[in-house]
Amino acid sequence: MSKLRLEKAPAPAWVRPVIPLLAILVTFLITLIFIAWVQANPLHTYYYFLVAPFTSTVTMIELLVKATPLFLTGAAVAFAFRAGYYNIGAEGQLMAGAIIGSWVGVMLEGFSSWIALPIMIVGGFLGGVAWALIPALLRVRLKVDEVVTTLLMNSIIVFLVSYLLNGPWRDPVSMWPQSPDIAKSAMFFTLIPQSRLHFGFIIGIVVILTIWFVISRTAFGLKMRAAGSSAEGARFAGVNVERTILVTALVSGGIAGLAGVGEVAGIHFHLIQGLSSNLGYTGIIVATLGALNPFGVGIAALFIGLIDTGSLTVSRAMGVPVYLGQVVQATLLLVTLSMFVLTNYRLKREG
Amino acid sequence: MNAVQMLNITKKFGDLVANDNVNFDLRKGEIHALLGENGAGKTTLMRILYGLYRADSGEIWINDQPVQINSPRDAINNGVGMVTQHFTLVPPLSVAENIVLGAVKGFTLNPKEIEKSVAEASEEYGITVKPSALVRHLSVGERQRVEILKALYRRANVLIMDEPTAVLVPQEVDGLFNSLKQLVEKGLSVIFISHKLNEVMAICDRVTVLRGGRLVGTVERAGTSEKDLAVMMVGRETFGVERQGIKETGDPVLTVDHLSLTDEQGIDKLKDITLEVRHGEVLGVAGVSGNGQAELVKVLTGLQKPTNGQIILNAIDIAGASPSAITIAGMGRTPEDRHAGVVGELTVEENLALESLEIYLNRGVLDRKKIRKQAIEMIADYNIKASPEDKVRTLSGGNMQKVVMARSLSRNPSCVLAAQPTRGLDVGATEYVRGKLLEQRDRGAGVLLISEDLEEIMELADRIAVIYEGRIMGVIPAAEATEESLGLMMAGVTEHN
Repeated sequence: MSKLRLEKAPAPAWVRPVIPLLAILVTFLITLIFIAWVQANPLHTYYYFLVAPFTSTVTMIELLVKATPLFLTGAAVAFAFRAGYYNIGAEGQLMAGAIIGSWVGVMLEGFSSWIALPIMIVGGFLGGVAWALIPALLRVRLKVDEVVTTLLMNSIIVFLVSYLLNGPWRDPVSMWPQSPDIAKSAMFFTLIPQSRLHFGFIIGIVVILTIWFVISRTAFGLKMRAAGSSAEGARFAGVNVERTILVTALVSGGIAGLAGVGEVAGIHFHLIQGLSSNLGYTGIIVATLGALNPFGVGIAALFIGLIDTGSLTVSRAMGVPVYLGQVVQATLLLVTLSMFVLTNYRLKREG
Repeated sequence: MNAVQMLNITKKFGDLVANDNVNFDLRKGEIHALLGENGAGKTTLMRILYGLYRADSGEIWINDQPVQINSPRDAINNGVGMVTQHFTLVPPLSVAENIVLGAVKGFTLNPKEIEKSVAEASEEYGITVKPSALVRHLSVGERQRVEILKALYRRANVLIMDEPTAVLVPQEVDGLFNSLKQLVEKGLSVIFISHKLNEVMAICDRVTVLRGGRLVGTVERAGTSEKDLAVMMVGRETFGVERQGIKETGDPVLTVDHLSLTDEQGIDKLKDITLEVRHGEVLGVAGVSGNGQAELVKVLTGLQKPTNGQIILNAIDIAGASPSAITIAGMGRTPEDRHAGVVGELTVEENLALESLEIYLNRGVLDRKKIRKQAIEMIADYNIKASPEDKVRTLSGGNMQKVVMARSLSRNPSCVLAAQPTRGLDVGATEYVRGKLLEQRDRGAGVLLISEDLEEIMELADRIAVIYEGRIMGVIPAAEATEESLGLMMAGVTEHN
C-alpha cells in the first residue's frame, strides 16, 4: 500500500513571487461558490470587482483613497514581520495615532499648516510608538509572545476611545460620541480638488520607499533581516538582536500611527469609534500578500483598495451584499498563507 | 538468548551516512551501553529500533524472530519502549492520564480506574509515582520515572534510554540507576545511550561503541576500562600522527583566569578554568563530548556570561562582553554548530559582511559594491563553492564552515577560537580547514582549538589541555602526549600539573 506523505523541501526561489498571483486566481475560483450562492453572474461580478473601478475617475480616485491607509498599515506589518516580530497590533497603534492626531489637531488652532502638519505627523507616529512600546518591551525583556500582547492591546484601545468619546471629548454641541473637529490648518490638504484623496497618500508612498531603503540598503536593515530569520546566527555574528527587534517594533507601531493620523486629518477630521474599520488587520493581509516586500505591499494595498472599491460597485450594480468584498479578502489571506506554507513542503509517495 | 538483534543496519540522510552497516545485539536481562560522541549514530540506530526512522537496509530480530518495525506502534507491540531525551508528556494531565494515553481502548475513561491500574503497575515495577499528581508539578527526575513507567505499562521488555542522565542532578542519577538495576532483575533488558564513561562503567554489563556511524566494537564491562573506552570513542588509529615542527611561541594573547559557569539549575558546567594561549601556537582542548566544551565556547564567543572569572584578550577583559565587542577585541570566532553561526536565509555576501558592518558603511548606507567586491575576494581566497548571491542555507556543511571562517579570519584576529571546526565535514574540507588554522598560527595568531576529535588535536596542537566535567585536568606539550596519558586524563582518572 502506498501512502502520501508531506516532506519538508523548500520550493525554488522563483516560486515565491508567483504565489500572490496564483493565490488571487485560486481565491476567485473559491469565491465562485459564494457568488453562485447569491445568484449573481460570476463574470459580471468579477467585471465589477476588477475592471469597473477603472472605468471612471471617481472610482479610480476612491481606489487610491482606500489604498492610502493600507500602504501604511501594510508597511508597518511587513516591516515588523521582516524582523521576526509578529505585530498584530497595527489596528490599535493606528487608533493611538488617531487619538493623538485628533487631540493635537484641536490644539493647533491658530497655527499655520507649516507648523501644524509636521506636528500632526510626528504626534501620530509617536502615538503609534507609545502603543507598541509595552508589547515590544515584554517581548525583548521577558520573551512574552507579541502575537498575544499586540492583539490584546487592540482591544484595550477600543475601550479607551469609547471612554474619550463618551466622556471628556464628547462633542458638546451635537452630543454625538465624536471629538471636536481639528483645526483647519491641521487637516491634510487634498491632492485632487473635490476628492477625498489627501496628503496621506504621499506619506504612504514616502514610507514605502523609506522602508524599502532601510530594509535593503542599510546596516540596520541587514541586522533586522538577520535577526528575523535566525536570531541565533545574528547574535553570533554580533547583532544586538533584542535592540534590533525593539527598534523595529516601535517604528512599526509609529508607521501604523501615521495611518491613524491620516484617517483623522484627511478623511474624518475628528475621532470616532469606527475610524479604523479594521485597517490594521487588513494591513496583515496586505503585508502577507505583498510577500513582506515594500513594493509588494504597495501593489497589494492598491489591489485591496480595488476590491474594496469594487465591492461597492458590485453591490450597487448587482444587488449582492457589500460583504462579498470582505469574503474575497479573507479567502485571499487564507489561500496566500496556505500557499506560502506549502512552498516549504512537497508531497511524497512512499511504500 | 537475544532480546534484540540488529543486523547490518545502514541509514543515510542525504549524503550523510548516519549508520554504516552496524550490528548490535542485546541479551535478555542485561544493561547494554551504546557509547559514542555526538553524531556517532547512537540515537539514529535506536530510533530505527523504535520505528521513528526506517533503515535503508538491514534486519531487526526480536526474541530471535525477524520483525518489521515501521512505526513506534510496531515497536511497542514487539515489547520495545523508548524514553527520549526530550520527554513526551502532556504537562496539564495527571500522571495516570499520561501513562494510559494511547494505551486505552474504548471511549470512556474512569479516572479512579486508571489511577488504580497505574498504581498497580507502579507497585509491580517498583517505580514510585503518584498517579493523581499533575505532570507539570513534577521535577525532571519524577517526569523521567513517569516516562519509564509509561513504557513498562505498555508491556515493554526492552527499554531504550536516550541519554537519561543528561537532565538529572547527581542524586536523581543514583535513583535512576537503582530503578534500572531492579528492573533488570525482573527480566527487563535495557539499552543505555550515553557518552559519559563513568556512568557506563557504573551500570552496564556490556558496551557497544559507535564512531562516525560505524561500529567500533562491543566489549564486556569487566574486560575494559574508562581509558580504553575513551580511546575507542575518539579513535585508536589516530595516534602517532607526524607532528609539525614546534615554533617559537610568543607572549600570551588570551588568558582565561579562574573561569566558572553555573547554569540555571545550579549545576556547575565550568569549574575554575585557567588557560593561556600564546601568539603563534595552537592550544588544543581535548575531551569526551559533553564535558563542558559547549559551555566554554559559548562563554568565549559572548553568547553566555560566565559566573566568575576573567577572560583577558589583548589586555582587555572580555568576560561577559557582547559577541561584537569580543570580535572587535580581536577574537576570530567559529561556533560549535556552524548553522548557529550563519543566517541561512541571507546570502553568502550578506553573511560575510554581517560581522564587520562598520567597514561597509558609507555615510550610514551599506556600500553594496564593496560588500560584493570583498565577498568575491573571500570566496576565491577560501575556495567557497558558491556565488555571492546564493542563500547560505543552500550551501554544504564544508562551504558553510568556510563562510564562517572567511568572515572571522578576514579581520586578521589576534586570537582564533575554532570549536569543532571539522565536525561532519568530508576529507577535503577537513584538510582545508585545518590548513587555514595552521596558517593563522604561522601568521602569529594564537589558536584555541576545542575539538572532540583527538586526531585533529594531535595533528594541530602544540600544547594539549584536557577538559573533564568542566575542569581542566592538565595541559601537556603535544610532543609528550601519549595515548596513555591523554586517555587517563579524558576519563578523569589522573590530573597533570
